[in-house]
Amino acid sequence: LSARGKAAIVGAAESDLGEVGPGFTPLDLIGQATERALDDAGLEKKDVDGLFSASAYYSMATVSAGEYLGIRPRYSDATNMGGSSFVSHLLHAAAALEAGLCEVALVTYASTQRSGGGFRGLSEPPNPYETPYGPRYPVSMYALAASRHMHEFGTTRAQLAEVAVAAREWANLNPKAFLRDDLTVEDVLASRMVSSPLSILDCCLVTDGGGALLVTSAERAKDLRKPPVYLLGAGEAHWHRNISQMPDLTVTAAADSGRWAYEMAGVGPEDVDVAMLYDAFTINPILFLEDLGFCEKGEGGTFVEGGRIAPKGELAVNTNGGGLSYNHPGMYGLLLLIEAVRQLRGECGERQVEGATVALAHGNGGVFSSQVTAVLGSANVL
Amino acid sequence: LEELKEEMSPAEAPALVYRRHLENGKLGYQRCADCSAAVFYPRVLCPVCGSGALEWRESAGRGTVYATTAVHSRNHDPRNVVLVDLDEGFRMMSRVEDVPAEEVEVGTRVRFEVRQGEEDEPVAVFVREGS
Repeated sequence: LSARGKAAIVGAAESDLGEVGPGFTPLDLIGQATERALDDAGLEKKDVDGLFSASAYYSMATVSAGEYLGIRPRYSDATNMGGSSFVSHLLHAAAALEAGLCEVALVTYASTQRSGGGFRGLSEPPNPYETPYGPRYPVSMYALAASRHMHEFGTTRAQLAEVAVAAREWANLNPKAFLRDDLTVEDVLASRMVSSPLSILDCCLVTDGGGALLVTSAERAKDLRKPPVYLLGAGEAHWHRNISQMPDLTVTAAADSGRWAYEMAGVGPEDVDVAMLYDAFTINPILFLEDLGFCEKGEGGTFVEGGRIAPKGELAVNTNGGGLSYNHPGMYGLLLLIEAVRQLRGECGERQVEGATVALAHGNGGVFSSQVTAVLGSANVL
Repeated sequence: LEELKEEMSPAEAPALVYRRHLENGKLGYQRCADCSAAVFYPRVLCPVCGSGALEWRESAGRGTVYATTAVHSRNHDPRNVVLVDLDEGFRMMSRVEDVPAEEVEVGTRVRFEVRQGEEDEPVAVFVREGS
Protein backbone atom coordinates (compact mmCIF):
# COMPACT_ATOMS: atom_id res chain seq x y z
CA LEU A 1 0.00 0.00 0.00
CA SER A 2 1.14 3.51 -0.65
CA ALA A 3 -1.00 6.33 0.61
CA ARG A 4 1.52 8.94 -0.56
CA GLY A 5 -0.19 12.19 -1.47
CA LYS A 6 -3.66 10.66 -1.66
CA ALA A 7 -5.04 12.25 1.50
CA ALA A 8 -4.71 15.80 2.73
CA ILE A 9 -5.32 17.70 5.93
CA VAL A 10 -7.67 20.53 5.04
CA GLY A 11 -8.68 21.87 8.44
CA ALA A 12 -6.80 22.16 11.72
CA ALA A 13 -7.64 23.92 14.96
CA GLU A 14 -7.14 23.86 18.69
CA SER A 15 -9.84 24.20 21.30
CA ASP A 16 -9.32 26.72 24.09
CA LEU A 17 -6.09 25.80 25.82
CA GLY A 18 -4.40 26.00 29.18
CA GLU A 19 -6.92 26.25 31.99
CA VAL A 20 -10.45 26.57 30.66
CA GLY A 21 -12.16 26.75 34.05
CA PRO A 22 -14.60 24.61 36.00
CA GLY A 23 -17.52 22.85 34.40
CA PHE A 24 -16.15 22.49 30.88
CA THR A 25 -16.01 18.89 29.70
CA PRO A 26 -13.62 17.38 27.18
CA LEU A 27 -16.61 17.18 24.81
CA ASP A 28 -17.11 20.95 25.09
CA LEU A 29 -13.52 21.41 23.95
CA ILE A 30 -14.00 18.89 21.15
CA GLY A 31 -16.97 20.99 20.07
CA GLN A 32 -14.90 24.19 20.04
CA ALA A 33 -12.07 22.61 18.07
CA THR A 34 -14.43 20.98 15.57
CA GLU A 35 -16.28 24.22 14.83
CA ARG A 36 -12.97 26.03 14.31
CA ALA A 37 -11.50 23.26 12.11
CA LEU A 38 -14.63 23.20 9.92
CA ASP A 39 -14.35 26.97 9.53
CA ASP A 40 -10.64 26.64 8.74
CA ALA A 41 -11.43 24.15 5.97
CA GLY A 42 -14.58 25.76 4.64
CA LEU A 43 -16.49 22.55 5.29
CA GLU A 44 -19.77 21.96 7.10
CA LYS A 45 -20.50 19.47 9.82
CA LYS A 46 -22.80 17.53 7.50
CA ASP A 47 -19.80 16.85 5.24
CA VAL A 48 -18.13 14.76 7.95
CA ASP A 49 -18.78 11.02 7.56
CA GLY A 50 -15.68 9.56 9.23
CA LEU A 51 -14.95 10.03 12.93
CA PHE A 52 -11.68 9.27 14.72
CA SER A 53 -10.99 9.87 18.40
CA ALA A 54 -9.39 8.48 21.53
CA SER A 55 -9.91 9.53 25.12
CA ALA A 56 -8.84 9.06 28.72
CA TYR A 57 -12.39 10.04 29.75
CA TYR A 58 -14.80 8.26 27.44
CA SER A 59 -14.47 4.51 26.98
CA MET A 60 -16.27 4.82 23.62
CA ALA A 61 -14.54 7.94 22.38
CA THR A 62 -16.04 8.27 18.91
CA VAL A 63 -19.49 7.29 20.12
CA SER A 64 -19.45 10.04 22.75
CA ALA A 65 -17.97 12.62 20.37
CA GLY A 66 -20.46 11.67 17.63
CA GLU A 67 -23.38 12.17 19.98
CA TYR A 68 -22.17 15.55 21.26
CA LEU A 69 -21.33 16.88 17.80
CA GLY A 70 -24.41 15.47 16.12
CA ILE A 71 -22.30 13.48 13.68
CA ARG A 72 -23.50 10.07 12.51
CA PRO A 73 -20.38 8.63 10.94
CA ARG A 74 -20.36 5.74 8.52
CA TYR A 75 -16.76 5.04 9.49
CA SER A 76 -15.70 5.20 13.13
CA ASP A 77 -12.27 4.46 14.63
CA ALA A 78 -11.53 4.86 18.34
CA THR A 79 -8.07 3.29 18.26
CA ASN A 80 -6.34 4.15 21.52
CA MET A 81 -2.61 3.59 21.81
CA GLY A 82 -1.95 6.58 24.04
CA GLY A 83 -0.71 9.99 22.99
CA SER A 84 0.30 8.79 19.52
CA SER A 85 -3.27 7.72 18.70
CA PHE A 86 -4.12 10.76 16.61
CA VAL A 87 -1.14 10.36 14.31
CA SER A 88 -2.35 6.79 13.90
CA HIS A 89 -5.85 8.10 13.17
CA LEU A 90 -4.40 10.17 10.33
CA LEU A 91 -2.93 7.03 8.76
CA HIS A 92 -6.14 5.08 9.35
CA ALA A 93 -8.20 7.93 7.89
CA ALA A 94 -6.04 7.95 4.75
CA ALA A 95 -6.63 4.21 4.37
CA ALA A 96 -10.39 4.60 4.90
CA LEU A 97 -10.56 7.45 2.37
CA GLU A 98 -8.58 5.41 -0.16
CA ALA A 99 -10.92 2.45 0.39
CA GLY A 100 -13.96 4.65 -0.17
CA LEU A 101 -15.27 4.05 3.35
CA CYS A 102 -15.65 7.76 4.07
CA GLU A 103 -15.09 11.09 2.31
CA VAL A 104 -14.35 13.60 5.07
CA ALA A 105 -12.70 12.41 8.27
CA LEU A 106 -12.70 14.31 11.55
CA VAL A 107 -9.91 13.45 14.00
CA THR A 108 -10.54 15.02 17.39
CA TYR A 109 -9.46 14.91 21.02
CA ALA A 110 -9.64 17.00 24.18
CA SER A 111 -8.93 16.85 27.88
CA THR A 112 -9.78 19.09 30.82
CA GLN A 113 -7.21 17.50 33.10
CA ARG A 114 -5.88 20.77 34.50
CA SER A 115 -9.27 22.15 35.51
CA GLY A 116 -10.35 18.67 36.48
CA GLY A 117 -7.65 17.70 38.95
CA GLY A 118 -4.61 16.25 37.20
CA PHE A 119 -3.24 13.60 34.87
CA ARG A 120 -5.82 11.02 33.98
CA GLY A 121 -5.67 7.63 32.35
CA LEU A 122 -8.35 4.99 31.85
CA SER A 123 -7.94 2.64 34.80
CA GLU A 124 -6.21 -0.66 34.16
CA PRO A 125 -5.90 -3.64 36.50
CA PRO A 126 -2.80 -3.57 38.72
CA ASN A 127 0.24 -5.29 37.21
CA PRO A 128 1.61 -7.78 39.77
CA TYR A 129 5.08 -7.47 38.24
CA GLU A 130 5.33 -3.66 38.43
CA THR A 131 2.71 -2.19 40.80
CA PRO A 132 4.34 -3.52 44.03
CA TYR A 133 7.45 -1.40 43.39
CA GLY A 134 5.58 1.90 43.22
CA PRO A 135 6.95 3.53 40.06
CA ARG A 136 5.12 6.79 39.40
CA TYR A 137 3.33 6.34 36.08
CA PRO A 138 4.46 7.44 33.59
CA VAL A 139 7.43 9.56 34.70
CA SER A 140 9.40 6.78 36.42
CA MET A 141 9.33 4.68 33.27
CA TYR A 142 10.84 7.49 31.20
CA ALA A 143 13.32 8.10 34.03
CA LEU A 144 14.48 4.47 33.77
CA ALA A 145 15.08 4.97 30.04
CA ALA A 146 16.98 8.18 30.72
CA SER A 147 19.17 6.43 33.29
CA ARG A 148 20.08 3.78 30.75
CA HIS A 149 20.87 6.32 28.02
CA MET A 150 23.10 8.21 30.46
CA HIS A 151 24.88 5.00 31.41
CA GLU A 152 25.47 3.75 27.88
CA PHE A 153 26.21 6.99 26.07
CA GLY A 154 27.28 9.50 28.72
CA THR A 155 24.19 11.64 28.19
CA THR A 156 23.96 14.29 30.92
CA ARG A 157 21.17 15.99 32.84
CA ALA A 158 22.39 19.27 31.30
CA GLN A 159 21.75 17.81 27.83
CA LEU A 160 18.25 16.77 28.89
CA ALA A 161 17.75 20.31 30.19
CA GLU A 162 18.73 21.71 26.77
CA VAL A 163 15.58 20.08 25.37
CA ALA A 164 13.41 21.95 27.89
CA VAL A 165 15.22 25.24 27.25
CA ALA A 166 14.83 24.93 23.46
CA ALA A 167 11.14 24.19 23.89
CA ARG A 168 10.73 27.29 26.06
CA GLU A 169 12.52 29.48 23.52
CA TRP A 170 10.08 28.29 20.85
CA ALA A 171 7.17 28.79 23.26
CA ASN A 172 8.25 32.37 23.75
CA LEU A 173 7.46 32.88 20.04
CA ASN A 174 4.00 31.26 20.32
CA PRO A 175 1.21 33.42 21.80
CA LYS A 176 -0.79 30.27 22.62
CA ALA A 177 1.97 28.67 24.70
CA PHE A 178 1.14 28.03 28.36
CA LEU A 179 4.59 28.93 29.71
CA ARG A 180 6.32 31.96 28.25
CA ASP A 181 9.23 33.24 30.26
CA ASP A 182 12.97 32.74 30.39
CA LEU A 183 14.35 29.34 31.29
CA THR A 184 17.96 28.27 31.67
CA VAL A 185 19.71 24.92 31.92
CA GLU A 186 20.55 25.86 35.51
CA ASP A 187 16.85 26.40 36.28
CA VAL A 188 16.04 22.90 35.04
CA LEU A 189 18.90 21.30 36.97
CA ALA A 190 17.85 23.08 40.17
CA SER A 191 14.16 22.23 39.91
CA ARG A 192 12.45 19.71 42.17
CA MET A 193 13.42 16.09 41.46
CA VAL A 194 10.45 13.89 40.55
CA SER A 195 11.93 10.56 39.48
CA SER A 196 15.66 10.79 38.96
CA PRO A 197 17.19 11.82 36.63
CA LEU A 198 14.01 13.70 35.64
CA SER A 199 13.09 16.83 37.56
CA ILE A 200 9.82 18.71 37.31
CA LEU A 201 11.09 20.86 34.43
CA ASP A 202 12.00 17.71 32.48
CA CYS A 203 8.29 16.82 32.53
CA CYS A 204 5.51 17.99 30.23
CA LEU A 205 2.74 20.32 31.30
CA VAL A 206 -0.58 19.22 32.72
CA THR A 207 -3.02 21.43 30.83
CA ASP A 208 -6.48 21.51 29.36
CA GLY A 209 -6.62 21.43 25.59
CA GLY A 210 -7.69 19.66 22.48
CA GLY A 211 -7.93 19.88 18.76
CA ALA A 212 -9.52 18.78 15.54
CA LEU A 213 -8.23 17.88 12.09
CA LEU A 214 -10.20 17.40 8.91
CA VAL A 215 -8.82 14.98 6.37
CA THR A 216 -10.11 14.31 2.88
CA SER A 217 -8.94 13.06 -0.51
CA ALA A 218 -6.36 15.04 -2.46
CA GLU A 219 -8.97 15.67 -5.18
CA ARG A 220 -11.55 17.16 -2.84
CA ALA A 221 -8.85 19.07 -0.93
CA LYS A 222 -8.07 21.26 -3.96
CA ASP A 223 -11.39 23.12 -3.79
CA LEU A 224 -11.28 24.01 -0.10
CA ARG A 225 -10.36 27.17 1.76
CA LYS A 226 -6.73 26.56 2.72
CA PRO A 227 -3.77 25.06 0.84
CA PRO A 228 -3.91 21.28 1.37
CA VAL A 229 -1.24 19.66 3.51
CA TYR A 230 -0.61 16.22 2.06
CA LEU A 231 0.12 13.03 3.93
CA LEU A 232 3.27 11.77 2.23
CA GLY A 233 3.90 8.77 4.44
CA ALA A 234 3.13 7.27 7.81
CA GLY A 235 4.04 4.27 9.92
CA GLU A 236 2.93 2.91 13.28
CA ALA A 237 4.66 0.42 15.54
CA HIS A 238 4.57 -0.91 19.09
CA TRP A 239 6.83 -3.44 20.75
CA HIS A 240 5.81 -3.33 24.43
CA ARG A 241 3.26 -1.86 26.84
CA ASN A 242 5.12 -2.09 30.16
CA ILE A 243 8.57 -0.58 30.57
CA SER A 244 9.96 -3.86 31.95
CA GLN A 245 9.11 -5.44 28.57
CA MET A 246 10.89 -2.82 26.44
CA PRO A 247 13.69 -4.77 24.77
CA ASP A 248 16.32 -1.99 24.85
CA LEU A 249 15.51 1.16 26.80
CA THR A 250 17.59 3.25 24.41
CA VAL A 251 15.78 2.18 21.21
CA THR A 252 12.09 2.86 20.57
CA ALA A 253 9.74 1.43 17.96
CA ALA A 254 10.15 4.79 16.18
CA ALA A 255 12.99 2.98 14.41
CA ASP A 256 10.24 1.02 12.60
CA SER A 257 7.52 3.65 12.36
CA GLY A 258 9.99 6.22 11.05
CA ARG A 259 11.50 3.89 8.48
CA TRP A 260 8.06 2.96 7.14
CA ALA A 261 6.96 6.60 7.03
CA TYR A 262 10.11 7.69 5.17
CA GLU A 263 9.81 4.78 2.72
CA MET A 264 6.21 5.66 1.87
CA ALA A 265 7.01 9.37 1.63
CA GLY A 266 10.15 8.89 -0.45
CA VAL A 267 12.06 11.28 1.77
CA GLY A 268 14.65 10.98 4.54
CA PRO A 269 15.50 12.92 7.67
CA GLU A 270 17.72 15.24 5.61
CA ASP A 271 14.58 16.51 3.81
CA VAL A 272 12.66 17.42 6.97
CA ASP A 273 12.24 21.16 7.58
CA VAL A 274 10.23 20.88 10.84
CA ALA A 275 10.33 17.94 13.25
CA MET A 276 7.51 17.69 15.76
CA LEU A 277 8.75 15.08 18.25
CA TYR A 278 6.42 14.17 21.11
CA ASP A 279 8.15 15.61 24.19
CA ALA A 280 6.34 14.18 27.18
CA PHE A 281 9.73 14.24 28.91
CA THR A 282 13.07 15.71 27.88
CA ILE A 283 14.53 12.27 27.14
CA ASN A 284 11.89 11.67 24.42
CA PRO A 285 13.14 13.97 21.66
CA ILE A 286 16.67 12.69 22.26
CA LEU A 287 15.64 9.10 21.55
CA PHE A 288 13.43 10.14 18.63
CA LEU A 289 16.18 12.22 16.99
CA GLU A 290 18.27 9.04 17.04
CA ASP A 291 15.58 6.54 16.05
CA LEU A 292 14.29 8.80 13.24
CA GLY A 293 17.75 9.16 11.76
CA PHE A 294 18.57 12.80 12.57
CA CYS A 295 21.69 11.55 14.35
CA GLU A 296 23.37 8.27 15.26
CA LYS A 297 22.25 6.16 18.22
CA GLY A 298 23.76 7.59 21.37
CA GLU A 299 24.43 11.03 19.90
CA GLY A 300 21.06 12.60 20.76
CA GLY A 301 22.40 14.30 23.87
CA THR A 302 25.22 15.94 21.95
CA PHE A 303 22.85 16.78 19.10
CA VAL A 304 20.61 18.99 21.27
CA GLU A 305 23.50 20.93 22.83
CA GLY A 306 24.18 24.58 22.14
CA GLY A 307 20.67 25.48 21.04
CA ARG A 308 20.78 23.21 17.99
CA ILE A 309 17.02 22.46 18.20
CA ALA A 310 16.10 25.95 19.47
CA PRO A 311 14.98 28.88 17.28
CA LYS A 312 17.79 29.74 14.81
CA GLY A 313 19.31 26.29 15.44
CA GLU A 314 20.20 23.66 12.84
CA LEU A 315 16.94 21.71 13.05
CA ALA A 316 13.56 23.20 13.93
CA VAL A 317 12.11 20.87 16.59
CA ASN A 318 8.81 21.39 18.40
CA THR A 319 8.25 24.89 17.11
CA ASN A 320 5.04 25.40 19.10
CA GLY A 321 6.95 25.01 22.36
CA GLY A 322 6.04 21.35 22.71
CA GLY A 323 4.41 19.40 25.47
CA LEU A 324 7.05 20.89 27.74
CA SER A 325 6.04 24.56 27.34
CA TYR A 326 3.08 24.98 24.96
CA ASN A 327 0.39 22.48 25.94
CA HIS A 328 0.07 18.86 27.02
CA PRO A 329 -3.53 17.79 27.52
CA GLY A 330 -2.77 14.21 28.61
CA MET A 331 -2.47 12.99 25.05
CA TYR A 332 -0.64 15.44 22.80
CA GLY A 333 -0.36 13.79 19.38
CA LEU A 334 -3.07 15.82 17.68
CA LEU A 335 -1.38 19.09 18.62
CA LEU A 336 1.85 17.92 16.92
CA LEU A 337 -0.07 17.57 13.67
CA ILE A 338 -1.78 20.95 14.01
CA GLU A 339 1.58 22.71 14.34
CA ALA A 340 3.02 20.74 11.41
CA VAL A 341 0.06 21.82 9.25
CA ARG A 342 0.47 25.46 10.24
CA GLN A 343 4.20 25.42 9.50
CA LEU A 344 3.57 24.01 6.02
CA ARG A 345 0.88 26.64 5.39
CA GLY A 346 3.20 29.42 6.57
CA GLU A 347 0.85 30.48 9.35
CA CYS A 348 3.30 30.49 12.25
CA GLY A 349 4.23 34.16 12.53
CA GLU A 350 7.35 34.77 14.58
CA ARG A 351 8.17 31.08 14.86
CA GLN A 352 7.64 30.31 11.17
CA VAL A 353 10.34 28.12 9.63
CA GLU A 354 11.00 29.92 6.33
CA GLY A 355 10.09 27.92 3.26
CA ALA A 356 9.05 24.79 5.18
CA THR A 357 7.74 22.17 2.73
CA VAL A 358 8.25 18.89 4.63
CA ALA A 359 7.24 18.36 8.26
CA LEU A 360 7.54 15.23 10.36
CA ALA A 361 5.15 14.62 13.25
CA HIS A 362 6.10 11.82 15.61
CA GLY A 363 3.69 10.62 18.27
CA ASN A 364 4.54 8.57 21.34
CA GLY A 365 2.14 6.65 23.54
CA GLY A 366 2.25 4.81 26.85
CA VAL A 367 5.79 4.45 28.17
CA PHE A 368 7.77 4.68 24.93
CA SER A 369 5.24 2.01 23.89
CA SER A 370 3.44 3.02 20.70
CA GLN A 371 5.27 5.05 18.09
CA VAL A 372 3.59 6.64 15.08
CA THR A 373 5.34 8.79 12.49
CA ALA A 374 3.73 10.93 9.80
CA VAL A 375 5.52 12.87 7.08
CA LEU A 376 3.52 15.80 5.71
CA GLY A 377 4.24 17.98 2.73
CA SER A 378 2.97 21.01 0.89
CA ALA A 379 1.84 20.83 -2.77
CA ASN A 380 5.27 21.56 -4.20
CA VAL A 381 6.81 18.35 -2.83
CA LEU A 382 4.06 16.05 -4.13
CA LEU B 1 -12.67 -40.25 33.43
CA GLU B 2 -9.62 -39.04 35.38
CA GLU B 3 -7.89 -38.28 32.10
CA LEU B 4 -10.85 -36.25 30.92
CA LYS B 5 -10.94 -34.36 34.19
CA GLU B 6 -7.27 -33.52 33.76
CA GLU B 7 -7.95 -32.12 30.33
CA MET B 8 -10.99 -30.12 31.43
CA SER B 9 -9.61 -28.66 34.64
CA PRO B 10 -8.04 -25.25 34.19
CA ALA B 11 -4.29 -25.02 34.64
CA GLU B 12 -2.98 -22.92 37.52
CA ALA B 13 -2.75 -19.28 36.45
CA PRO B 14 0.80 -18.12 35.67
CA ALA B 15 0.52 -15.27 38.19
CA LEU B 16 -0.41 -17.74 40.94
CA VAL B 17 2.49 -20.07 40.15
CA TYR B 18 4.83 -17.06 40.32
CA ARG B 19 3.39 -16.07 43.69
CA ARG B 20 3.64 -19.63 45.03
CA HIS B 21 7.34 -19.59 44.16
CA LEU B 22 7.79 -16.33 46.08
CA GLU B 23 5.92 -17.74 49.08
CA ASN B 24 8.53 -20.52 49.08
CA GLY B 25 11.38 -18.00 48.86
CA LYS B 26 12.01 -18.71 45.19
CA LEU B 27 12.12 -16.55 42.07
CA GLY B 28 10.22 -18.41 39.37
CA TYR B 29 10.49 -17.72 35.67
CA GLN B 30 9.64 -19.67 32.53
CA ARG B 31 11.79 -21.22 29.85
CA CYS B 32 10.47 -22.17 26.42
CA ALA B 33 11.01 -25.87 25.73
CA ASP B 34 11.00 -25.17 21.98
CA CYS B 35 13.17 -22.08 21.48
CA SER B 36 14.93 -21.92 24.88
CA ALA B 37 13.92 -18.28 25.47
CA ALA B 38 13.75 -17.15 29.09
CA VAL B 39 10.28 -15.69 29.60
CA PHE B 40 9.20 -13.10 32.18
CA TYR B 41 6.54 -12.00 33.12
CA PRO B 42 4.95 -15.46 33.23
CA ARG B 43 2.37 -16.25 30.55
CA VAL B 44 0.79 -19.14 28.67
CA LEU B 45 2.73 -18.91 25.43
CA CYS B 46 6.25 -17.99 24.45
CA PRO B 47 6.35 -14.38 23.15
CA VAL B 48 9.39 -15.25 21.03
CA CYS B 49 8.27 -18.35 19.08
CA GLY B 50 4.61 -18.76 20.08
CA SER B 51 5.01 -22.19 21.61
CA GLY B 52 2.78 -23.17 24.51
CA ALA B 53 5.52 -25.39 25.98
CA LEU B 54 6.71 -23.13 28.78
CA GLU B 55 8.44 -24.76 31.71
CA TRP B 56 8.84 -23.22 35.15
CA ARG B 57 12.39 -22.79 36.41
CA GLU B 58 13.88 -21.40 39.58
CA SER B 59 16.24 -18.50 39.02
CA ALA B 60 19.57 -18.45 40.88
CA GLY B 61 18.51 -14.89 41.77
CA ARG B 62 21.69 -13.19 40.57
CA GLY B 63 21.52 -10.22 38.25
CA THR B 64 22.69 -6.78 37.19
CA VAL B 65 20.90 -3.44 37.51
CA TYR B 66 19.90 -2.42 33.94
CA ALA B 67 18.20 0.89 34.73
CA THR B 68 17.37 2.79 37.92
CA THR B 69 15.34 5.70 39.24
CA ALA B 70 14.67 7.23 42.64
CA VAL B 71 11.02 8.21 42.98
CA HIS B 72 10.67 11.33 45.11
CA SER B 73 7.64 12.29 47.14
CA ARG B 74 6.93 15.09 49.55
CA ASN B 75 6.69 13.25 52.84
CA HIS B 76 8.91 10.20 52.39
CA ASP B 77 12.47 9.35 51.52
CA PRO B 78 12.90 8.60 47.82
CA ARG B 79 12.18 5.00 46.90
CA ASN B 80 14.19 3.03 44.39
CA VAL B 81 12.78 1.35 41.30
CA VAL B 82 15.05 -0.69 39.04
CA LEU B 83 14.99 -3.00 36.10
CA VAL B 84 17.21 -6.01 36.80
CA ASP B 85 18.67 -8.31 34.15
CA LEU B 86 18.79 -11.80 35.68
CA ASP B 87 21.69 -14.04 34.68
CA GLU B 88 19.25 -16.55 33.12
CA GLY B 89 18.35 -13.95 30.49
CA PHE B 90 15.16 -12.30 31.67
CA ARG B 91 14.44 -8.79 32.95
CA MET B 92 12.11 -7.70 35.74
CA MET B 93 11.13 -4.57 37.63
CA SER B 94 12.13 -4.53 41.29
CA ARG B 95 13.89 -2.38 43.88
CA VAL B 96 17.29 -2.55 45.52
CA GLU B 97 17.01 -2.50 49.29
CA ASP B 98 19.37 -1.56 52.11
CA VAL B 99 20.92 1.34 50.19
CA PRO B 100 19.68 4.92 49.68
CA ALA B 101 17.51 5.10 46.54
CA GLU B 102 19.75 7.64 44.78
CA GLU B 103 22.87 5.51 45.31
CA VAL B 104 21.74 2.53 43.24
CA GLU B 105 23.81 2.49 40.05
CA VAL B 106 23.34 0.88 36.66
CA GLY B 107 25.66 -2.12 36.39
CA THR B 108 25.53 -3.03 40.10
CA ARG B 109 25.47 -6.78 40.78
CA VAL B 110 22.47 -7.74 42.90
CA ARG B 111 20.97 -10.77 44.62
CA PHE B 112 17.28 -11.73 45.00
CA GLU B 113 15.45 -11.79 48.32
CA VAL B 114 11.80 -12.00 49.32
CA ARG B 115 10.30 -9.24 51.46
CA GLN B 116 6.76 -8.69 52.67
CA GLY B 117 4.72 -6.13 50.77
CA GLU B 118 2.18 -3.64 52.13
CA GLU B 119 -0.55 -6.26 52.24
CA ASP B 120 1.74 -8.99 53.55
CA GLU B 121 2.18 -10.37 50.06
CA PRO B 122 5.63 -11.67 49.13
CA VAL B 123 7.61 -9.27 46.92
CA ALA B 124 10.78 -10.01 44.97
CA VAL B 125 13.45 -7.44 45.84
CA PHE B 126 17.22 -7.28 45.46
CA VAL B 127 20.19 -6.42 47.63
CA ARG B 128 23.70 -5.63 46.48
CA GLU B 129 25.87 -8.70 45.92
CA GLY B 130 28.12 -9.27 48.91
CA SER B 131 25.89 -7.34 51.31
